[in-house]
Amino acid sequence: MHTAAIEAEGLRKRYGDTHALAGLDLAVPAGTVCGLLGPNGAGKTTAVRILTTLLRPDGGRARVAGHDLLRHPDRVRAAIGLVGQHAAVDEVLTGRQNLTLFGRLHHLPRRAAQARADELLDRFGLTDAATRPVSGYSGGMRRRLDLAASLVLAPPVLFLDEPTTGLDPRARSEVWDAVRALVAAGTTVLLTTQYLDEADQLADTVAVVDAGRVVAAGSPERLKDDIGGDRLDLLLHHAADLDRAAAVVAATTAATPSVDATALRISVPVGDRVNALAAVLHALRHEAVDVADVALRRPTLDEVFLRLTDTTRTVTV
Amino acid sequence: MSTTTLGAHRLRWAVTDTLVLTGRALAHWTRQPGQLIAGLLFPVLLVLMFGYLFGGAMSVPGGGDYREFLLPGMFVMTMAFGIEASYAAVASDTARGVTDRFRSLPMARSAVVGGRAVADLLHSAAGLVVMLGCGWLVGWRWHNGLAPALVAVGLLLLLRVALIWAGIYLALLLRRPESIVALQILVWPVGFTSNAYVPPETMPGWLGAVAEWNPLSATVAACRELFGNPGWGGDSFAAQHALALAVAWPLLLVAVFLPLSVRRYRQLGR
Repeated sequence: MHTAAIEAEGLRKRYGDTHALAGLDLAVPAGTVCGLLGPNGAGKTTAVRILTTLLRPDGGRARVAGHDLLRHPDRVRAAIGLVGQHAAVDEVLTGRQNLTLFGRLHHLPRRAAQARADELLDRFGLTDAATRPVSGYSGGMRRRLDLAASLVLAPPVLFLDEPTTGLDPRARSEVWDAVRALVAAGTTVLLTTQYLDEADQLADTVAVVDAGRVVAAGSPERLKDDIGGDRLDLLLHHAADLDRAAAVVAATTAATPSVDATALRISVPVGDRVNALAAVLHALRHEAVDVADVALRRPTLDEVFLRLTDTTRTVTV
Repeated sequence: MSTTTLGAHRLRWAVTDTLVLTGRALAHWTRQPGQLIAGLLFPVLLVLMFGYLFGGAMSVPGGGDYREFLLPGMFVMTMAFGIEASYAAVASDTARGVTDRFRSLPMARSAVVGGRAVADLLHSAAGLVVMLGCGWLVGWRWHNGLAPALVAVGLLLLLRVALIWAGIYLALLLRRPESIVALQILVWPVGFTSNAYVPPETMPGWLGAVAEWNPLSATVAACRELFGNPGWGGDSFAAQHALALAVAWPLLLVAVFLPLSVRRYRQLGR
């Protein structure tokens, strides 16, 4: 018995001279959320389209919900739900008509499809809007309907391709809540996102994708550890001190600090938390730099991400 | 599960999925009755314009009534305008990701186009009923009895079937709902360069030849013959074999655009 709900090995896809996927490997354990993280054009959407049978890969193998993608695409389709980048619902029909339609296309009898539609409308807080055409829905309502439409048969594996792109913060948290509820019920979720806080919020594991390949994978916490542990942030009083302070920090920590000139902030990765803090502050006092504030913190996923995609670029160039 | 029962399942799904998607199109009409009615009445407006506004200046070769001459042409134009509806529906589904959602479902893939084809054919049949009624009111009649009239209706719907596939192919090729404007503009010169409004013999020689060989002209001429309405006769091969061409042209269009559409649909997965 496989415990991985999604397994991909060496997936490749080429468009002309562009390698959209250049040997993508992925393993998502059942019942977990995996976040595919990467810049535009990294191959996230291509990976989702292949794993949902919409695109044929040029090479590689994959199993979704235990079914071979190429040999049994029908069985894969029966086991997955897909929420693509567009809210793929019928604008003219009402929310209820949409969900009934997708239920019928899952071969539910008419009555059962209607009952399931009402259940989903209720669960996603759309009962009041059930008989209104979707063209009048807000962005968040559309997304929730889209999500509901992909859950008609409660699929064990759900794919979400940038599910909150273009949504306002409130609608985003609505979608996040819906995803959390699904995961609590045992659904496996593969989610692509450009928002790092989204992966941080939802994902058990993160796979960072760059140039069609997974360049790092693991829990968000582990990824943060891997790129050099904690960071030391220094806030200065005077812009005139910035360059001098950065030089002192670099010399003391033997690492390259990043300098934010408008916020008067210097940030540097530190291995040994307390000693580094003491050494840096001591050196700065010695140089008579006026420090306004100081903080030790975990790196953000943004920093992990920039660092990782940056290194792979320098390596490939 | 044995292969036979699996095959039977597939066939049943292909049928029920097609019906479900046909139902979806019908639901669109009930939700947007204004659009449906405007679409049905547009050719009626054209009949009134050409029949009464321009009709006085038109003369039919052999001296028949212009409206008797015009109506079979307008039936064909009603079918021709249908290509826009097919295009709009498929292009909008493809652009909005609805087609992808269908493709990710465990449903029969043929139903996506099958449902479209059945719905469009129903729509055009309704349009034809409206136009036949309109023709009756402005004095057009069929003169050869019911059976040839029904054959003419069959030929009109056959032409529409051909245009469904052309519309689906163009939509899958361009995938842009906005591009329908180009189609709406192109329908006119193609319609005018036929025998629908005026006899080709009144056109410059080369243009007349194009008009005579226009696939739309074949159906128009065949309908005039079957309804017993005045035509322009003509002694070209196209004019002499209108009935055969009214069957051959649509079949040829289907033979071209059906495989092209299937290929395009598969290429969505490339």
